[in-house]
Amino acid sequence: MSAQGSVSTSTPPRNMQEFMEGIWERNPVFVMVLGMCPTMAVTVSAINSISMGLATTFVLAASCWLVSVMRHMIPKEVRIATYIVIIATFVTVVEYAIQAISLELSEALGAYIELIVANCLVLGRAEAHAAKNPPLASTLNATGMGLGFTVGLTMIGGVREILGNGTLLGISLFGSNFQPWVVMVLPPGGFFVMGGWLLLFAIYRARKDRGDTGLTAQGASHGA
Amino acid sequence: MSAETLTAPNTTPTGVLLRVLGIVSAICGLIIVGSYEVTLPAVNANRRLALERAVFKVVPTAKSIVEYYALPAGGIEPAKSGGGDAPAGVAKFYAAYDDAGKLTGIAAEAGAKGYADTVRIMFGYESECQCIKGIGVVSMKETPGIGDKILTDKEFLANFKSLDVKLKEDLQGLANEVKTVKHGTKTNPWQIDAIAGATVTSRAVGKGINDAAQFLLPKLAPNLEKLKVKS
Repeated sequence: MSAQGSVSTSTPPRNMQEFMEGIWERNPVFVMVLGMCPTMAVTVSAINSISMGLATTFVLAASCWLVSVMRHMIPKEVRIATYIVIIATFVTVVEYAIQAISLELSEALGAYIELIVANCLVLGRAEAHAAKNPPLASTLNATGMGLGFTVGLTMIGGVREILGNGTLLGISLFGSNFQPWVVMVLPPGGFFVMGGWLLLFAIYRARKDRGDTGLTAQGASHGA
Repeated sequence: MSAETLTAPNTTPTGVLLRVLGIVSAICGLIIVGSYEVTLPAVNANRRLALERAVFKVVPTAKSIVEYYALPAGGIEPAKSGGGDAPAGVAKFYAAYDDAGKLTGIAAEAGAKGYADTVRIMFGYESECQCIKGIGVVSMKETPGIGDKILTDKEFLANFKSLDVKLKEDLQGLANEVKTVKHGTKTNPWQIDAIAGATVTSRAVGKGINDAAQFLLPKLAPNLEKLKVKS
């Protein structure tokens, strides 16, 4: 998180940059490798991953907005306590909302909804970004981070669902002759798929660094 | 995390800290209560739907259900409306009725420790044959592909086409304990043939049904007449 000190003052195009930062350049799952607990635990299917990602996005955006609004009011002695109370509040809101939308979903995500409180991505954003930036920039940055998290989870969850269950979003892909790789929907599968994606990104980054175009070399170096 | 936290703290007075924490807590409390109130009707409607779906699965002829409590001292009483958990020592069950308001079956929940966590199932009981006619899973965390075969394995589900849970003459317990036996050794209608490779989960189902039936059915039997027609 120390690399985040270089946040410059806001100019109009920065808002877009704030938003895109979490989606690609500092993707929480594949670059910052934050919030691994839900990443491994709930990504057994694409729909679980998307719901978990969107729930986290909402908590991130709402709590970063509130933290940012109150940033001049909160004394630094009690800032962590305050952030946690704010985050826990929005986690509770999200939990009620998910129960209202679908009990099956709430059952599938289980305790991991409550555990968004402990996702270091959320507290990290509140502390490192929202506490130092105006509400609009913080909310945009948090939303981008949340969507980046969602994309990351879905990329893992999609692969696990396809291989482990032969379906994607519940739609059967290979017909009844497909023998599912059960290990993919068990805990080790999460690590296999995560490792696979990280490997792919590492190869991609190495190619870029060797100077194929030189265009994204700067962005790629962030992941080191 | 930044340089500012490392410098010596210029302390904020306690009063200010208390005030800020108070304000933040008040705002958060309001948000929580507000969202609870807003979502409550939808959550209750969802619960009701999920329950009906689970009961209709094990008693397919049912069209409507009424909740009852079986009291530990014997006897039954209608459950308080509005749902919520049953009081301690009380078993909840659901009387299922057809279109004409005639009792078509009883559904109740059962649970026992499985491989990973408690396996909670719903079973449908029919009073005419004194047998269990179907089961469904309410919740479980069993290993996918192994333990969750209790939902899909045809041979296993055939155990519950007519599982014998007859009461003893004195109505104090089951004539024969429901028991899960090793795969392929089922000889009696009160035995459950385990799934090969998923013995622990199969046993949990058997134990759950046995415990629930031993408690519920003796209380149910003398009161069956009261349930016959929808109240």
